[in-house]
Amino acid sequence: MLDDNDRIFRNLYGLDDWGLAGARRRGGWDGTKAIIDKGRDWIVNEMKASGLRGRGGAGFPTGMKWSFMPKDNADGRPSYLVVNADESEPGTCKDREIMRHDPHTLVEGCLIAGCAMGAHVGYIYVRGEFIREREHLQAAIDQAYEANLIGKNNIHGFPFDLYVAHGAGAYICGEETALLESLEGKKGQPRLKPPFPANVGLYGCPTTVNNVESIAVAPDILRRGAAWFASIGRPNNVGTKLYGISGHVNTPCVVEDAMSIPFRELIEKHGGGIRGGWDNLLAIIPGGASCPLIPAADCEELIMDFDGTRAVKSSFGTAGVIVMDKSTDVVAAIARISYFFKHESCGQCTPCREGTGWMWRVLSRMVEGRAHKREIDMLLEVTKQVEGHTICALGDAAAWPVQGLIRAFRPEIERRIEEFSRKATLDDQGILDPAHLVAAE
Amino acid sequence: MSVRRLAPKEVQPASFEFTPENLAWAKEQITHYPPGRQASAVIAILWRAQEQQAGWVSEAAIRVVADMLEMPYIRVLEVATFYTQFQLQPVGKKAHIQVCGTTPCMLRGAGDLIDVCQHRIHHDPFHLSADGDFSWEEVECLGACVNAPMAMIWSDTYEDLTKESMNKLIDGFAAGTPPKPGSQIGRQFAAPEGGARVMTSGGAATYTKVLDMPKEPALADAEPKKQTESANVQERPAPKPPAADATKTNPPKGGTPKDPKNPKEPKK
Repeated sequence: MLDDNDRIFRNLYGLDDWGLAGARRRGGWDGTKAIIDKGRDWIVNEMKASGLRGRGGAGFPTGMKWSFMPKDNADGRPSYLVVNADESEPGTCKDREIMRHDPHTLVEGCLIAGCAMGAHVGYIYVRGEFIREREHLQAAIDQAYEANLIGKNNIHGFPFDLYVAHGAGAYICGEETALLESLEGKKGQPRLKPPFPANVGLYGCPTTVNNVESIAVAPDILRRGAAWFASIGRPNNVGTKLYGISGHVNTPCVVEDAMSIPFRELIEKHGGGIRGGWDNLLAIIPGGASCPLIPAADCEELIMDFDGTRAVKSSFGTAGVIVMDKSTDVVAAIARISYFFKHESCGQCTPCREGTGWMWRVLSRMVEGRAHKREIDMLLEVTKQVEGHTICALGDAAAWPVQGLIRAFRPEIERRIEEFSRKATLDDQGILDPAHLVAAE
Repeated sequence: MSVRRLAPKEVQPASFEFTPENLAWAKEQITHYPPGRQASAVIAILWRAQEQQAGWVSEAAIRVVADMLEMPYIRVLEVATFYTQFQLQPVGKKAHIQVCGTTPCMLRGAGDLIDVCQHRIHHDPFHLSADGDFSWEEVECLGACVNAPMAMIWSDTYEDLTKESMNKLIDGFAAGTPPKPGSQIGRQFAAPEGGARVMTSGGAATYTKVLDMPKEPALADAEPKKQTESANVQERPAPKPPAADATKTNPPKGGTPKDPKNPKEPKK
């Protein structure tokens, strides 16, 4: 387990004051000027050396992302820092704790990140549902302005303005280009890449979009040294990470621990164990709803990091673990995720707009077994047609859970179909029953 | 995606006007963005309009916001229909209950909460209860998965709900005395039930320990990544003769291995 001294979020549970006084007591805003004075190259190199990978799900190295920003703004376009606090992935609720209980780590991180990429203006895009969190964050920013920590003529010598913007309930705005569209006051429909936001982002200017956690850990990494951060976890998967444990565990919680912690240790130490004991585990979704589920057999030796989850054909995502015990109707659980993606598809690309609804309708028939066995392969085929054929990754995200379900629980789906056919009466129209031919909304 | 339309003409108010405080607030929001980019403030201002207008957005409000931001009406209409937190029809006067029904909440019993809403408010979402005080909807993940199941009413979340506490919650709003927001079973925010297992001493106490470390280790050295002389010295141990030591300490059964170049057994 991670030593208490190595924790970055020292007020995760709100036991201490979240304001500026509390943040200073916990070490926030300590030596920030010295970091800024080292200059942007030093900061970027140090971040690269720390091996921090983006905490928003994709795991792109943060230092490298910062280095893509243009060095000079010779063409007159300003640079922007945008923080993605549109945390909407089911199972993920880590940034919420940062924003409401440790907002100054984020504000300080924004200043440092802004300095590292030459951005004098930053926007934090908070999801619409986080109303109290937004208020805390705004209050923290106001405190920082008042203490002249940020602003035009601040004591750190790097002019930096920070604003809170918010969405209004659209999962898709967590995708970086959709977020930028939303921030420009449009519908959140993703843009084609390239051009990448580092060249053409917010208002057509160079922009970097980072996850809250990636930004909030930066000050402590720079204060304590890249080597300290890189010493936690295993190579390529270093640092500390906020894990969210939800679902069928005895004590769900958010906790900061080292990367590469064994899954079993994470669940037993922090989650209080699986409801009904370890043997009662059916499957987990390791990092938010878009990751394929991992059946219990693979959880025994699972290492919670990017490489460990990839080894069992899933992905680390945001480390929001959803645990399902044997009482779970796993087909219904995945069908609900399919409904989520159907609801949240922005409607821009046909494979996703039509495919997500199609997958949901087929899956919800499979929940009760009202399907043909050949439809399982058809469903798998459709997921492959959606995956990779859309502008953003929402199409992929909708396809992966279904693929994971079929990979791990195909016998269960077949059993239900057999069960249904065996019990069906002669006048049951099976899948042709009009009540189940739900028209596309 | 979901199809959302404005409320029918009969329920639309004829006009909408911001209160002076809200107007000043909206003007201030616009200054957060570069000149000419006032459209960026549309979500925030539309939200404020919704708050002012009993929790829903009318067509008149959309037109007012569009005029204020110099946007075409259709652009603001797009925003209002795209983002699902904008309610397009009147909602309950006392509470509009948003129950999270996505998988993490579903696993922990969100179905029971929806059941309560269906029985106490209206069978269908977005319909007002008989007295017009309540309405409900099932929403997608509200981002409090470790406190599942949960519901959101106006600006506050009510977490760790059960059938009983959901009933109490509705009773509370009906009586005008809503319960305290947050966990309804007394949990410390996102900490595990029964109290935090890490950082039990509180955050500030831990930081003093951090300060005891050499002061600002990363910053003391001006160029921490610079190669020193020792980087050029080869630290590798001297190479061993291949397999020599292994055969010495643990000789294979049946004598020394055959010399591959000379497969015949040496005559003794």
